[in-house]
Amino acid sequence: MNAPQANFVRTSMLPPSTPPILEKGYIAWFRKNLFATPKDSVLTILAILLLAWFLPPMIKWLFIDAAWTGGGRGVCATVAQGGSQPEGWSGACWAFVGAKFDQFLFGRYPIEERWRPTLVGILFVALLVPMLIPKIPFKGWNAILLFGVLPVVAFFLLLGGVFGLTYVETPLWGGLMVTLILSFVGIAVSLPFGIVLALGRRSKMPVIRMICTIFIEIVRGIPLITVLFMASVMLPLFLPQGMTVDKFLRAVIGVSFFASAYMAEVVRGGLQAIPKGQSEGADSLGLGYWQKMRLIILPQALKLVIPGIVNTFIGLFKDTSLVSIIGMFDLLGIVRQNFSDANWASPVTPLTGLIFAGFTFWLFCFGMSRYSGFMERLLDKGHKR
Amino acid sequence: MTIDATIPPGRDKSTGSVLNDPKVRGYIYQGLTLLLLVVFVYWVTDNTIENLKRANIASGYGFLNGRAGFDVGQSLVAFTSDSTYGRALVVGFFNTILVAVTGIITATIIGFLIGIGRLSKNWLIAKLSMIYVEVFRNIPPLLVIFFWYSGVLAVLPQPRESMALPLNMYINNRGLAFPRPVFDSGAQFTFYALIIAIIASIAFVRYANKKQLATGKRPPVLWIVLGMLIGLPVITFLATGMPISFDVPIAGKFNLTGGSVVGPEFLSLFLALSFYTAAFIAEIVRAGIRGVGHGQTEAAHALGIRPGLTTRLVVVPQAMRIIIPPLTSQYLNLTKNSSLAIAVGYADLVAVGGTILNQTGQAVEVVSIWIVVYLTLSLSTSLFMNWFNAKMALVER
Repeated sequence: MNAPQANFVRTSMLPPSTPPILEKGYIAWFRKNLFATPKDSVLTILAILLLAWFLPPMIKWLFIDAAWTGGGRGVCATVAQGGSQPEGWSGACWAFVGAKFDQFLFGRYPIEERWRPTLVGILFVALLVPMLIPKIPFKGWNAILLFGVLPVVAFFLLLGGVFGLTYVETPLWGGLMVTLILSFVGIAVSLPFGIVLALGRRSKMPVIRMICTIFIEIVRGIPLITVLFMASVMLPLFLPQGMTVDKFLRAVIGVSFFASAYMAEVVRGGLQAIPKGQSEGADSLGLGYWQKMRLIILPQALKLVIPGIVNTFIGLFKDTSLVSIIGMFDLLGIVRQNFSDANWASPVTPLTGLIFAGFTFWLFCFGMSRYSGFMERLLDKGHKR
Repeated sequence: MTIDATIPPGRDKSTGSVLNDPKVRGYIYQGLTLLLLVVFVYWVTDNTIENLKRANIASGYGFLNGRAGFDVGQSLVAFTSDSTYGRALVVGFFNTILVAVTGIITATIIGFLIGIGRLSKNWLIAKLSMIYVEVFRNIPPLLVIFFWYSGVLAVLPQPRESMALPLNMYINNRGLAFPRPVFDSGAQFTFYALIIAIIASIAFVRYANKKQLATGKRPPVLWIVLGMLIGLPVITFLATGMPISFDVPIAGKFNLTGGSVVGPEFLSLFLALSFYTAAFIAEIVRAGIRGVGHGQTEAAHALGIRPGLTTRLVVVPQAMRIIIPPLTSQYLNLTKNSSLAIAVGYADLVAVGGTILNQTGQAVEVVSIWIVVYLTLSLSTSLFMNWFNAKMALVER
């Protein structure tokens, strides 16, 4: 029996044909992501128009027309304003930021002594970076150095008056240095204090619960600026005659108080999310209250609320800018103070200085929020369903 | 025979020390805390009285009747430098409320737009919204205020070179001039008509809902309500002989004449608070919409509900349940942040209080007024929130 004879059998494979042009490559991407529906097309075009209207002048102002070098206000003012730029010129005055950069970092800290805050900064970074990288061991020692030893060293190094160091009083401190010190102390104080307040608010003892609740609700209910006013105006009233508190310390106390109340609410959220079985389990093992909290409850609760804790840190970092209102020169305060420097006053100086300060704040806050996202993924042991 | 479970067998109750009873210990701890607190408060009060006596400052709220002697740039109630300190504080309170309310409205609008934009399938819109949020969330509000105040508004042209905006508005470095409505006699009827239209609309919507439940048919609600809300006031306005006119600002040779002006202090504070808070509201809105399970949308589609109606009837009501509690706390934050007004000299409660504090030295009294006002605002908001939460909470079987 003969098999039917096939007329034609292909012996080699056909090369695959290219996908339709509308389904592949950047055309498809554009179609899918920018022009999927008529509404999307309209929105995309509007957004492009907005960018075209906004972006080129901004880049021109920030970079192309900007005055990068110069020794005085002349480079940042037009002829009519007493400078050298042509009429109608407007651009960023980066020369101002360049000339004042050291002041923006250290405030009025004496120039010959500025190696001291620089050294503290280097120590801080050297201790912080290994703390932040999870793979590096000896976290316990690192934490002791960072939160126990460094503050003491920094205190004597910055303030001086001992070991042959010149005494530098706190009104001379300023700039980014003050912002960072305030935030560091605020963070270091508010976390333990906040945990204690949160535990107090959940305590079974009515008196302690009431005291903690009242403190938290009052502080959270009023603006930080009133807390700072209280710290700067009322603290001297509360203390006996002859006992004075440094202005810097008053701001630190105010900021720490404020952050503690917010931290307490964040921690309380974490505590509430821990099932009762964990607490009962600890009780049945015969652990005491503090053992139970330290070993069982808090490690779980704090891990749950890491995003909230970092958000509070970011809020605290941003809030330190308010101390410029009570007459201290943090980064924002020192930038603003320099607007009135006759040598640099011009219409574009304020905007340039504020953009610089804003960018600095942004870098720190954005860095913190990114790191918190990283930690969250790292610590996520898959408990979530 | 019953066994007392609290006492281990073989041990008599009386042999254990009373100090080991957690209850007794609790009382001791609380007693000690209370004692420490009372001693501390007594010490502070004593010091304060001593310090005040030495500084010759009379305590009490009598100073509120004293003559203020300072002027306020912008106020909603009549105020001169001859008015009392008490009235100055009232002016400050109303200014706080004004900037808070206007800021909340704008922040909500911008925030919802940006929040929905971040969820858009349109790549460009989503990315632009993300950039907005990431920029404004990570810089201090005070800096945003200064950005508007000394970066933008202060370098605007002089009044004689005012920039014209749409709707007969002008902007210069003294603020924003806008047409002021002038109400002649009979203007009140237009307002009455508007109020009647609103009441009638609410009644009509209720009727329409009832009818839909009974018959399955829904009357054309949108058109009728729109017609009532716009038509009724317009007809009254025309019938009473157009009693509302506008006092339009006119660009003169040196300055603007006519119209109303809001100063750069209010503008910068208002813009900064709106833009800053909008970034947070956007994140709340995004989280709220994402929080509604995808199954809800799919179920709605399976029932044959159109996409627009799905959003309106299924997604939004459930998203609002997630959005509203954090939204209120953002509103509260905006109100508290309005105290930054002191940095640009807008006369809000804190700025006025600060001036009074400097003039009279009545630190304790002024700070107590601040605390009472802000606490009342925030506590009443949280009371409202609890009520709202209870009303909106899922009814579970």
